[in-house]
Amino acid sequence: MVKVAIWGSLRSATDGKAEVVVEASNFKQLLDQLVIEYPGLEPQIKRGVSFALDGKIYRDAWFTKINDDSEVVLMPYMVGG
Amino acid sequence: MALDENGKRIFKVVGTRPARPDGIDKVTGRAMYGADATAPGMLFGQFLRSPHAHAKIKSIDTSAAEALSGVKAVITSKDFGTPEDESVRDVQDNCMAGDKVLYDGHAVAAVAATSAAIAKQALKLIKVDYEVLPHVTDVDAAMQVDAPIVQAGRAMDDLPAGMSENVTYHFEFGHGDLDAGFAKADKIVERSFKTAATHQGYIEPHACLAAMNSDGKGELWCCTQGQFYVRELCADIMEMDASQLRVTASEIGGGFGGKTTVFIEPVALALSRKSGRPVKVVMSREEVFRASGPTVSSSTDVKIGMTKDGRITAAHATLRYQGGAFPCGTVQFGAQSAFAAYDLDAVQTIGWSAMTNRPKEAAYRAPGAPMAIYAVESVVDELCQELDLDPLEVRLKNAAGEGTKSSYGPTFDAIGLKATLEAAVAHPHYAAPLGPNQGRGLSCGFWFNFGGNTSVSMNLNFDGTVGITEGNPDIGGSRASISQMAAEELGIAYEKVRTIVADTNSIGHNDVTDGSRVTFAVGLATIKAARDAIQKMCARVAKIWDIDEDAVYWEDGYAKPSGPNAGTFEPMSLEEIAAISAETGGPIAGHHEVNADGAGVSFGVHLVDIEVDPETGATTVLRYTVFQDAGKAIHPDYVEGQMQGGAVQGIGWALNEEYIYGEDGRLQNPGLLDYRIPVASDLPNIDTVILEIPNPGHPYGVRGVGETPIVPPLAALSNAVSRATGLRLSELPMSPPRVLKALNAKG
Repeated sequence: MVKVAIWGSLRSATDGKAEVVVEASNFKQLLDQLVIEYPGLEPQIKRGVSFALDGKIYRDAWFTKINDDSEVVLMPYMVGG
Repeated sequence: MALDENGKRIFKVVGTRPARPDGIDKVTGRAMYGADATAPGMLFGQFLRSPHAHAKIKSIDTSAAEALSGVKAVITSKDFGTPEDESVRDVQDNCMAGDKVLYDGHAVAAVAATSAAIAKQALKLIKVDYEVLPHVTDVDAAMQVDAPIVQAGRAMDDLPAGMSENVTYHFEFGHGDLDAGFAKADKIVERSFKTAATHQGYIEPHACLAAMNSDGKGELWCCTQGQFYVRELCADIMEMDASQLRVTASEIGGGFGGKTTVFIEPVALALSRKSGRPVKVVMSREEVFRASGPTVSSSTDVKIGMTKDGRITAAHATLRYQGGAFPCGTVQFGAQSAFAAYDLDAVQTIGWSAMTNRPKEAAYRAPGAPMAIYAVESVVDELCQELDLDPLEVRLKNAAGEGTKSSYGPTFDAIGLKATLEAAVAHPHYAAPLGPNQGRGLSCGFWFNFGGNTSVSMNLNFDGTVGITEGNPDIGGSRASISQMAAEELGIAYEKVRTIVADTNSIGHNDVTDGSRVTFAVGLATIKAARDAIQKMCARVAKIWDIDEDAVYWEDGYAKPSGPNAGTFEPMSLEEIAAISAETGGPIAGHHEVNADGAGVSFGVHLVDIEVDPETGATTVLRYTVFQDAGKAIHPDYVEGQMQGGAVQGIGWALNEEYIYGEDGRLQNPGLLDYRIPVASDLPNIDTVILEIPNPGHPYGVRGVGETPIVPPLAALSNAVSRATGLRLSELPMSPPRVLKALNAKG
């Protein structure tokens, strides 16, 4: 089970929870599980999200391995200039 | 891909300053920019643009223009389909208005003719019947429930009910108990700030040459930061397969984020398809201002509590950004980065984004961060003044470090903020004396950086030289730094390597040149491609020596036997291996494709001395020093150039640059005479101090450097002006009339 930190404005989709726990061992499974357990997250996930795994930011990296004790933070999809 | 050998590698080529490969072409005028492309039978495309900020298009009559001799095609939105993807639809609607014009300068029609003069004449013959609608250009006004609605039905699903339909995005970040944090403070300062929209100020206007063939294949030459993204957008809009549209990026005369999307390219392709001839479009400077993509403008409230000894106890910010006439999520990056420099127990940021009747925002170095950090760093500075504390010491006391839970969520890995602040404390600039009407300001800055999709090919030529093909336009010295990393890895001279930027059909996909990603991600792929080539070279040598591949290793440009058991052989150089590659199995190449992750965040500190003329309100920059953690600086000249360039753009943003709209919603200053960017005579030398705290996520320790330098100047300048005048200004730019007005009000 992985703890996932949810940013503030998405918490209306997680019953106000700042952190949710889902069964996942990679980013794809994590996203799929979030959509199943918290359908209100789906529009944002479809628009795009990044995630920080133990402090490193990843985009579009479905098969990045996530350990049970990893710090996972959901973030908006990153762009730059 | 982790840092090699715990960062202890001794570099031979990386970290040196070889001559830039594009230098001769650029100073002799031979470099081919977007407007330099030509083709036989080429037509000239021009746009008709809206004179209204907001209006319904009741009808467009193009018949007279079409009848003009020399006119080969006229198009309007009716010549385009309806892309399935909403974001692509927005790009198309921004390139050519649909039922409504949404801002002054929005395109309504375009003409292709045998000369630019005929095209211009034809534009005057197009009759557009408008029904003018109420408009709004200010973000705070746009968020009012009774504001004119720019586009209906565009709000995201997670917005609270009862807001203006112009409000599209809402973000919140943070952690901790704010009430408890503010209760611990000895001093709380709460202020509101506004920043104007600014333009990236690239000198080369948008330009392209489009050629659609009757068989459905297309060619597009354009100045862009991302030829693959241009292909994706244009193929979607033109309803083509991506493989049938080849996009070639020209040399680029500045981008800074503003060339990460399209404004003219789909229209040029549509004109070419309709006319059957190649069509060239070059934006005028006025069009660049009115109809490309400036930054957001902002309105921000900040509240920070601090103890008497300078510890921040709680911090809160509400940010309101407008990004023009389409939904724009840039406020999310402002809300995430606002307090990133600080180690805080209680912090919250709230971001709102609203549509206005202005051009669609495009990225500009560290999009969204400079205006948020300007507001935060201004309040931190005011607290230091109120509590009589040293501003650098306070920042050091509160600085984020390894293990800090950042204000946007993740826990930081190794970062260089404290080292950067310590370098500023120790620098002679910080202790230099100041004269009358002079002030010293400073600010921290931050940007995330990221990697992304990247493809690199490396080919060994028979003469022992190396060609590298990559797919990111060189906006900041990437050809040099990529060649350096390849030379380092292969163990050959820099001069033996040449790197080129390929078109979309010559290499695999590459994401846009943005996010300070190229030296990090393309460098990483180059190192991996070199290691791939080395493995193949070692395999060839193993065959020649008739030993196992594992018994051959690579060192300093030579394949060598790995030890006495492998046998005694004379090492073979890359040149020797390449020379006989035809006989040993054919050409040798290395390549690597990756979605690169592990880019390290970057921090900087800027220190500036200014003098304010009390008679005119004009601010002169006297001295400026940039301190930044670059990770490993591959080519220090280019790293310093990025740091200096960001500082200069930030100085312009802080002191002079702004989009000025009249009561009629029209842009009042679409030209470089009235929109004043800093020139060399306005500036002192920008000194730089590069710190090299290796990024653990890159084999050489590279971080991105291109965006962070534009973040601190806004607050650094504002804090300096405050200390010089005793006034806390809360709006940018601090132009002479605005400063003089404040001085006069103070008396």
